[in-house]
Amino acid sequence: MPKLTIDGKEVEVPPGATVLQACEAAGVEVPRFCYHERLSIAGNCRMCLVEMEKAPKPIASCAMPAGDGMVIKTDTPTVRKARRGVMEFLLINHPLDCPICDQGGECDLQDQAMAYGFDRGRYEENKRAVKDKNLGPLVKTFMNRCIHCTRCIRFATEVAGVEELGATGRGEHMEVGTYVEKALSSELSGNIVDLCPVGALTSKPYAFVSRPWELAKTESIDVLDAVGAAIRVDARGGEVLRVLPRLNDAVNDEWLADKSRYAYDGLKRQRLDRPYVRRDGRLQPASWPEAFEVVAKRLLGTTPERIGVIAGDQVDAEAVLALRDLMRGLGVQSLDCRQDGAKIGGPRVSYLFNTTIAGIDQADVCLIIGSDPRWEAPLLNARLRKRYLARNFTVGLIGPERDLTYRHQHLGNDPSVLLAIADGHHPFADLLKAAKAPMLILGMGALRRPDGAALLGAARRIAEATNMVRDGWNGFNVLNTAAGRVGALDLGFLPGQGGRDTAGILAGAGDGSLDVVWLQDADEIDASRLGNAFVIYQGHHGDRAANRADVILPGAAYTEKDATYVNLEGRVQRTKQAVFPPGEAREDWKILRALSQVMGRPLPFDSLAQLRTALAAANPVFGAVGVVQPAPWASFGTLDPVDLMPFGRAIENYYQTCAISRASVTMAKCTDLHIHGREIDDTMERTGSYG
Amino acid sequence: MSAPFVLTSDNEALAQRIIAKYPHGRQASAVIPLLDIVQRQNGGWLSREAMDFVAQRLDMPAIRVYEVASFYTMFNLKPIGRHFVQVCTTTPCWLRGSDAIVHACEKRLGIGLGDTTADGAFTLVEVECLGACVNAPMVQVGDDYYEDLTPETMTQILDDLAAGRQPRVGPQSGRKTSEPLPGLTTLTDAAVQTGGTD
Repeated sequence: MPKLTIDGKEVEVPPGATVLQACEAAGVEVPRFCYHERLSIAGNCRMCLVEMEKAPKPIASCAMPAGDGMVIKTDTPTVRKARRGVMEFLLINHPLDCPICDQGGECDLQDQAMAYGFDRGRYEENKRAVKDKNLGPLVKTFMNRCIHCTRCIRFATEVAGVEELGATGRGEHMEVGTYVEKALSSELSGNIVDLCPVGALTSKPYAFVSRPWELAKTESIDVLDAVGAAIRVDARGGEVLRVLPRLNDAVNDEWLADKSRYAYDGLKRQRLDRPYVRRDGRLQPASWPEAFEVVAKRLLGTTPERIGVIAGDQVDAEAVLALRDLMRGLGVQSLDCRQDGAKIGGPRVSYLFNTTIAGIDQADVCLIIGSDPRWEAPLLNARLRKRYLARNFTVGLIGPERDLTYRHQHLGNDPSVLLAIADGHHPFADLLKAAKAPMLILGMGALRRPDGAALLGAARRIAEATNMVRDGWNGFNVLNTAAGRVGALDLGFLPGQGGRDTAGILAGAGDGSLDVVWLQDADEIDASRLGNAFVIYQGHHGDRAANRADVILPGAAYTEKDATYVNLEGRVQRTKQAVFPPGEAREDWKILRALSQVMGRPLPFDSLAQLRTALAAANPVFGAVGVVQPAPWASFGTLDPVDLMPFGRAIENYYQTCAISRASVTMAKCTDLHIHGREIDDTMERTGSYG
Repeated sequence: MSAPFVLTSDNEALAQRIIAKYPHGRQASAVIPLLDIVQRQNGGWLSREAMDFVAQRLDMPAIRVYEVASFYTMFNLKPIGRHFVQVCTTTPCWLRGSDAIVHACEKRLGIGLGDTTADGAFTLVEVECLGACVNAPMVQVGDDYYEDLTPETMTQILDDLAAGRQPRVGPQSGRKTSEPLPGLTTLTDAAVQTGGTD
């Protein structure tokens, strides 16, 4: 443990720390551009110069290992002069166009120039000009502003695992880019906008939209995949203008996947902003009381056996509880939250990512079954890559072959491999047995199959045979893709005695044995199979199912409500309301509470606080927000024969997986580019200093 | 996009010998020699296909090859003429009259620095020090150095090259390598030179 003196104050830092980290430990702020905690050290911006006793000249603190007995001074005339010199050189080629730069107000260079900048330029020469690059629909470039910190290059290479960005040319002709013009083929590309310390890389959809000081910032949780990344929703005047990641080491570090970051424009399009009732074959606008009356009459006039309820992928726990209690109160048994027909819903341990995302750091062998974590959970995949980069991590994949951004053994796309591992006849079984901390990830590509329960059973057998579950370690993981799924399962939103599951509800509606189907934000089912059933749709988007509905109850999207979600690890997290729902749309639990009143069977809560108390009473996990409570091991899955057909993909198109992302123009552009391979001509979008 | 790049069998053997020098898994270290082989085979410049070939051959991301190829000035990223005339204009050559050499080239070839003649025979560029300062001024044409140049000898060399003749390589002043221009000033005794006396 080296001990250093920093500005006269003694600090002790862990071995391997740098002088810059030691300065931070001593509470001294050191300016920097290229240094970033989660990237490798480059040491090329020279802004972090400090004075070290016995050194002949200032040292770059980010690249200097802290040594025992070092005496560091960060606030001397020499240091200030050195940093001023660095700043002056950085600004030689940097355009002073802050008034028209999107980074203005949240720019590291701007801020640090306030401290170390000269009040006028001494250079008469022309500034260099660098052609802007087209990095696709998400990242806008103004390469004149680039100061060559190489953070974006290091992020793409290290974290995202796509070696496509680089610095070509030398000296004054150095340019950061892809050399061959193309968009970054990564689901994490938006993070380079956050990393860029200047305005060289900015958000294309957010270009010239707003200034940071105009925005109301709300800390919330992302629901576009099941990871539950911590986000900050920036809004102005009732409109969400951008979504940024927040720091959460246990879940998303400080990264955010592109869909979660850029699908927000879908929140403004195709919204359901008032109730609708189908009259004479057409959906007509209606008032809340009218809609409630129609719904109440239908529900009360139908025997419970002829009602089916499906909850969608982004339904919050509050709405699930309200809907469950309302329907159970009527005697309805056909409830299901698994629109995709996934064969999960047994003991809690059987549907969680038990290792936890942070726990991946401890694993040494990982078996991925029927899953593509790169698309199903890009941030979780980044954790797997981080673990891979730390060495001694073996990954095996059973499923469609895929570039996961880390080396892995493709064991085949055949359930027989899974069975061979379960029976111990496969070399990978020996690897798992010999591992200190083995883990497996079972994906929806396997669990959605008709034989999903048998595959779940096979995965349990592997976990038990290879000692994956023991004190302090649980290597059995299910990779959920729906943000609301774990919460709904925790509340038991599943078929009751004699009830139908999703497939049964669809079949029943199709053949006339169900009269009423309630769709709670459920758009991933085939609505055309609902036959002549009376369909009540509660949700926020006029997406696939709303067209088929007979009554539409407009709900709130995740940025518009205080709601509880449980992420794939079983971590209870809460979104916060950033804006109001559009028009007459309301928070979902309030709609259900009001409906229950009209039906004469009022639900027993009148406020969010009461509802949350009821949540904690329904399942104690809801009592502890932000933490993962380990689930006890249990027996689950079946030993039925497994169908030997190859695994399919759980997600066909990463960029469009829900009503919000399907309504997003940005996501449609990404789909065109990355899924259909159509190059987008962005010349029409070039404005300002593009010239 | 044109056809993928393929090495000739001789160059393939050479490439394999070079790659074998590096430990297994570190074959990317061979990127500079491989780019050189590829550039020579490709008429003195590196096309996208040629660089992609190197990337694929060494199992490294293409951008890493582009970075190397664009960093070193010895790699040309645009087509060049058959004779690649590189005139040194760094201080020692400049003091010894490299400006006149540049002018002589421009006059003889009818092109400016950075240009290629219409018939594709010559490309004229200015380069930084090539390390033959003691024989300044100098040019490099292809792999050969021509030193101790005057505008006349420079024009003569270009005439020879244009006519398909091979000019004499090395100092054009008649001296041998970098011996003193006015002749020997020390050790003038022939016996001393042969080491015959004590």
